[in-house]
Amino acid sequence: SIPPFLSAGDTSVLAGIYGPAEAKLSKELPDRATLEVLLRPKVGLPGVLERSREQQLRQTCEAVVLGVLHPRTAITLVLQVLSDAGSLLSCCLNAACMGLLDAGLPLSSLFCGVTCALGPNGTIALDPTVRQEQEARAVLTFAIDSSERKVLMATTKGSCSVEELQQCLATAQRAADTIFQFYRDSLHRRYSKS
Amino acid sequence: MAAGLGRAAEACVGQVVLPGDLLLLPAHYDEDGEGERLRLSAGAAPVGRLLCGPGLRRSGAGLLVTKCGLLRHRPAGPGAYWVDSQQKRYVPVKGDHVIGIVTAKAGDVFKLDVGGSEPASLSYLAFEGATKRNRPNVQVGDLIYGQFLVANKDMEPEMVCIDSSGKSSGMGIIGQDGFLFKVSLGLIRKLLAPKCEIIQELSQLYPFELVLGMNGRIWVKAKTVQQTLIIVNILEASEYMTAEQRRQALAKLSGN
Repeated sequence: SIPPFLSAGDTSVLAGIYGPAEAKLSKELPDRATLEVLLRPKVGLPGVLERSREQQLRQTCEAVVLGVLHPRTAITLVLQVLSDAGSLLSCCLNAACMGLLDAGLPLSSLFCGVTCALGPNGTIALDPTVRQEQEARAVLTFAIDSSERKVLMATTKGSCSVEELQQCLATAQRAADTIFQFYRDSLHRRYSKS
Repeated sequence: MAAGLGRAAEACVGQVVLPGDLLLLPAHYDEDGEGERLRLSAGAAPVGRLLCGPGLRRSGAGLLVTKCGLLRHRPAGPGAYWVDSQQKRYVPVKGDHVIGIVTAKAGDVFKLDVGGSEPASLSYLAFEGATKRNRPNVQVGDLIYGQFLVANKDMEPEMVCIDSSGKSSGMGIIGQDGFLFKVSLGLIRKLLAPKCEIIQELSQLYPFELVLGMNGRIWVKAKTVQQTLIIVNILEASEYMTAEQRRQALAKLSGN
């Protein structure tokens, strides 16, 4: 089947899901599945930033994947960055969610990633380009879940006030509706062929 | 801003459902013995049991969808709801008939690769007519068609090649030659449906032997290698072809 290949503007990430497969004895958990995320940058070896992103993605996915249905197994999620034109982390989150959906792993809800950039004059830009991210005062990425639009993960680069954080969060929650509708439309198209 | 407060389950049958969707059940599916209810009309008693199939979990008053796919419903017998999803990874289920590949012989037990997260075990006594003196001739690399006796998330899966009365009923070691390949689980379910068109149309083409494993594995054997490969290609492609395209492809082949 076609692997999920998510392209937001010019940022694109390829996601591959493997599992539930046999886990190494040292890594297996007795009551739930072990989730591992590998993020590979476009050029160079993965560094500290990739490791940090991998942990954020892993914790987000662990919140939705029903690991208790597959104890002592390993689920591996490999993300390869094909091109980066801004909002990379939210693209990775969306690719991860579509990958988990495509693989048929049991999920308690869906999630999506939205990035906001706070401009120097306080304007909020969604899905910023690399240039907007560099010029912004703060770049915030949220992972939003589909059942009650709650926040699964929030990460900030830069500084902003609490009110600005709340405003960005509200904007992101509204934008999440568009992404969830995109998921629904893609799946309708896929299942209408069979 | 809370989304999807739950739709009625009957309204969603045949539609695509996504994980996180809550399906509400009609009120007459009672929890067991939840108080006496006065029935004012002399109509049929409400059905008390509901089976929750793959892709669904019970949650409060309704069913929570955990996999994406088409929602199906069976009203008869114990009513059941389940999600028809397309997936390639197999998870062992008790009672499923699967094709396993022997990977090791450990004393009295064979280890079989069934495509799940763990190898399944098969005792040498689980064949028809096997005794301690009369052992079955199983080598590493052989194909075995059997069913799961034990398959749950906490234990290693166990397979047997006999049914409850001790007869093999088609299970056992799969013979020499033939070709084994893997397809998605949804295609296997389609092929196993009664009066499957694909199998009927293929049998008009060449005579062949076919074994379908619920773990996505298919074994085919026809008279010549070329006929076998043609059947393999048609079966693999039939996942994505429409009925019309398939008939055109078969017509071209039977014409040659």
